[in-house]
Amino acid sequence: MAVDNNTVKQVAFLARLKVEDSKVEQTKDEFNKILNWVEQLNEVNTENVEPLVSVNDTTLPLREDDVTDGNLKTEILKNAPMQEFGYFAVPKVVE
Amino acid sequence: MTDLTELTIAEALKSLKNKEFSATELTNAYIQKMENTREYNAYVLETPEVALEQARLSDEHYKNGTNRALEGIPLGIKDLFCTKGIRSTACSHILDGFVPQYESTVTQHLLNAGASFLGKLNMDEFAMGGSNETSYYGPVVNPWSSSEPLVAGGSSGGSAAAVAAHLCAGATGTDTGGSIRQPAAFCGITGIKPTYGRCSRWGIMAFASSLDQAGPMAKDVRDCAIMLRAMAGYDAKDSTSVDMKVPDFEQVLGQDIKGLKIGIPSEYRPDGLNKEISGLWDKSAQMLQSRGAEIVHINLPHTPYALPVYYIIAPAEASSNLARYDGIRYGLRVKGEKLDDLYINTRTEGFGTEVKRRIMIGTYVLSAGYFDAYYVKAQKVRRLIKQDFEKAFEKCDVILTPTSPVSAFKIGDESMQENPINMYLNDVFTVSVNLAGLPALSLPVGLDSKGLPLGMQLIGKAFDEETIFKTAYALEKDAAFKRK
Amino acid sequence: MTYTIKTEKNEWEIVCGLEIHCQIISKSKIFSGASTEFGDDANENVSFIDAGMPGMLPVLNKECVRQAVKTGLGLNAQINKHSVFSRKNYFYADQPNGYQITQYEYPIVGKGNVKIDLSDGTSKNIGITRIHIEQDAAKSIHDLNPKKTYVDFNRAGVGLMEIVTEPDFRSPEEAGAFLKKLRSIVRYLGTCDGNMDEGSMRCDASISVRLKGEQGLRERAEVKNVNSVKFAMQAIESEAKRQVEVYEQGGTIEQQTCRFDQATGQTKFMRKKEYADDYRYFPEPDLPPLDLTDEYIENIRAQMVELPDAKKERFMRDFNLTAYDADLLTESRETADFFEKAAKGHDGKKVANWILGDFFARLNADKLTLEQSPIKPEMIGQLVDLITNNTISGKIAKDVFALMFETGQSPIKIVEEKGLKQVTDSSQIEKIVDEVIASNADNLAAYKSGKTNLFGWFVGQVMKASKGSANPQMVNQLLKDKLDK
Repeated sequence: MAVDNNTVKQVAFLARLKVEDSKVEQTKDEFNKILNWVEQLNEVNTENVEPLVSVNDTTLPLREDDVTDGNLKTEILKNAPMQEFGYFAVPKVVE
Repeated sequence: MTDLTELTIAEALKSLKNKEFSATELTNAYIQKMENTREYNAYVLETPEVALEQARLSDEHYKNGTNRALEGIPLGIKDLFCTKGIRSTACSHILDGFVPQYESTVTQHLLNAGASFLGKLNMDEFAMGGSNETSYYGPVVNPWSSSEPLVAGGSSGGSAAAVAAHLCAGATGTDTGGSIRQPAAFCGITGIKPTYGRCSRWGIMAFASSLDQAGPMAKDVRDCAIMLRAMAGYDAKDSTSVDMKVPDFEQVLGQDIKGLKIGIPSEYRPDGLNKEISGLWDKSAQMLQSRGAEIVHINLPHTPYALPVYYIIAPAEASSNLARYDGIRYGLRVKGEKLDDLYINTRTEGFGTEVKRRIMIGTYVLSAGYFDAYYVKAQKVRRLIKQDFEKAFEKCDVILTPTSPVSAFKIGDESMQENPINMYLNDVFTVSVNLAGLPALSLPVGLDSKGLPLGMQLIGKAFDEETIFKTAYALEKDAAFKRK
Repeated sequence: MTYTIKTEKNEWEIVCGLEIHCQIISKSKIFSGASTEFGDDANENVSFIDAGMPGMLPVLNKECVRQAVKTGLGLNAQINKHSVFSRKNYFYADQPNGYQITQYEYPIVGKGNVKIDLSDGTSKNIGITRIHIEQDAAKSIHDLNPKKTYVDFNRAGVGLMEIVTEPDFRSPEEAGAFLKKLRSIVRYLGTCDGNMDEGSMRCDASISVRLKGEQGLRERAEVKNVNSVKFAMQAIESEAKRQVEVYEQGGTIEQQTCRFDQATGQTKFMRKKEYADDYRYFPEPDLPPLDLTDEYIENIRAQMVELPDAKKERFMRDFNLTAYDADLLTESRETADFFEKAAKGHDGKKVANWILGDFFARLNADKLTLEQSPIKPEMIGQLVDLITNNTISGKIAKDVFALMFETGQSPIKIVEEKGLKQVTDSSQIEKIVDEVIASNADNLAAYKSGKTNLFGWFVGQVMKASKGSANPQMVNQLLKDKLDK
């Protein structure tokens, strides 16, 4: 499955990254090199093999429904690049 | 008086208990060394005041006889661990100035054991890299370099270099595809990646959640055993951590390995494997054999596919894990008129080339239409790789392999720069272990003709770090590697 | 009842499915220990997990699982013993991690169905496709600063159940009836408070149209976040009409996302479905799969409360109620419980009439909720008994009821204290009748001369003289005897 320039741009947008126009071609080639390389997996017969989701066969632990966290407003906002009135501030989002 | 920084943790603990020197003296020795040895670029943040305050408390504990397992031992912390009130950046520009308001579970365990923190250690950005060259703070220089600067390995390159150069008594590392073991091998120290679920991942910036594990990096096997015991343990805050008793790993050191079955996988000896490495591998096997262990030839048939599997699963998880770095709640923010511009500007400037490459690959393999062909396929092969090990462990107790197909290479190596896959291939012996969730340790067993350390890897069954430690300790004795 | 949109040329049919997000009732959030309370200061009930800080990990809240299973059982649905959490990846200011933890391929609840009753007396089964559990997003505030949007993470991480229906709705009425029914069920179960205006229950509607008789589905529009039953019905109707218009003018509908404009009652185009909607779902590596046992599920089933449908049938059977009355009385669990307490040991049908009539009217007039009612349910039963056994008349009962409401006293006590007991002693009544006749000689003469319509006047006078306490039937009989003598 070879990737084209357009796909590179689309993937970059999905990941919220910018690939300079001058770099698209190079990125595409690199992409295809890596994809070609990982496609050796197609040699492996995986019929009737269940995908491995969780490496340890552990069950999901469940937490009691108690309020044990929160009230950390200062700590939560401590590292904010921009905060106003106790909120995180971002450029206007138009609905 | 001898250089206190050259003592192992075990030796230092003994002397501290005997009041031969104080924790403050020990810490000061490390601080001085750290400040005088900045040429390796091992630390990205030095915290001498923090360490000294902790040392002062440790001295109190010694005075009161309430000293704990790592009382007064100065450690270095990989910058991937969130440390409360201490800048933590994963060596990425995007986390500029980020000061966590919480302490990772593993570092909290170390603090609870009485350790002190000298500072934050350099690493590949977000642990993505095998040479510590992707760090925003520049590459780490391997203390074994002679004429030209060599890489320390990665991603825990700062940890490995700091331990090798005695800039800390021990260090934390994390290992997603070999990030503890490979730099340990490159720098001639010992490091263990424990079983997935042994150490809590809470408070460690995630790279690939299903593969990441924290582990100790130290001067020798015993120090790793001491540190791991303190770091490990079930954590209700990490749903993937496993509720199992943490053994006293130190107790097994020196136990007889007679009759132990050592597996040698034929797939780890591809054509063209460096002769010096295969020679040391054979020699290591013989050493264990001469102590009564039995050498068993095993097969791990899906080994050749481990790297492709890894380079689908790890970037996929990373693309999602790194989505939170968006310039809104912490770290770097690069202005943008609209929200999407802010995201794009921040992330494009904040992430380095390798991180962006992996985010893009990960985004692609998860996208509609490709998910089954790449991600699901990789998960299936991952299961086959895990099953390979399960079958192999029916025949043996522990597996011996080289840690890396190469020794430390020079910083800026052209072939690695030219094609990322060449760099990825260095992980060939380490990634399977992460995919299968198994524990594995790397220890130095000799030098190559360039005078650079080479490491051997011991892979154990899940939650059987004890057999690894026992075997590694025996091999360490016989190999008699001379530390830097 | 078949609902279609008729135009000059064609007859069109609506095809609609709903996705309803219900905030789960729990003390703490689905993956963190922060409180679910809202109304607190911005970013107060937020943990490092909810704010998407580096290195934070989710831990699943037991209660959210139980609530989802309960809801699944309440919707007659299959409970999946094995379910998996997934990440839905997208960037947005209200999404702290850049992904939402949800369930995708393996939801906790599978297929089910809900019966809805329609105004023409028919009912219909609506298929439930699935219910999955997930985390809510933060809240964006757009109106505090003209140039910026503010983000408050208090809501981020509150547990949600997303209930997805089959595209079974053919009219706005059906969708409305379903939403009401669903709200009633989750409220009965105590799994969601169902308050659409507060956003604890939010509805997305997928709407397409097709010619009557046409097979297959056309492209659909998804109307997001509608916050009342009425608006949902309006949105479906106006979006369907819009699509019909487009088709009739030779246009095509593209798959798209819209929002509902409350001011105009119209749907408004937001964006086309496109590459940006590629959510790249994959299994959440921070959470192993969720496995439930049969025992766990059966335990919850055993503790299930009686749901509206079952209750309605029982009320009709046991208390002889009409379907309409039973419907009204079972809409909320509180009303049903009130009725049952009131009706116990009394004439249920009469009790129902009192509750649905005077009682609700008075509650509404005084703007009181059922819990605030000064009248205890038992008192209504007592009042009905007092009428049935002729202790008081229906008219007096109205006065007694007013007093009950004002004083909170039992009707028995009121009747006793105020001496409102009906007089049934014929000699006593006869005495009053005689007095009335004696003091109204001219009217008696007029009556005798044929003005028989004065009979009612005499009854009124007697009742007045007895201060309303005389038994009206006896007054009638005695007057009749005396006047027609």
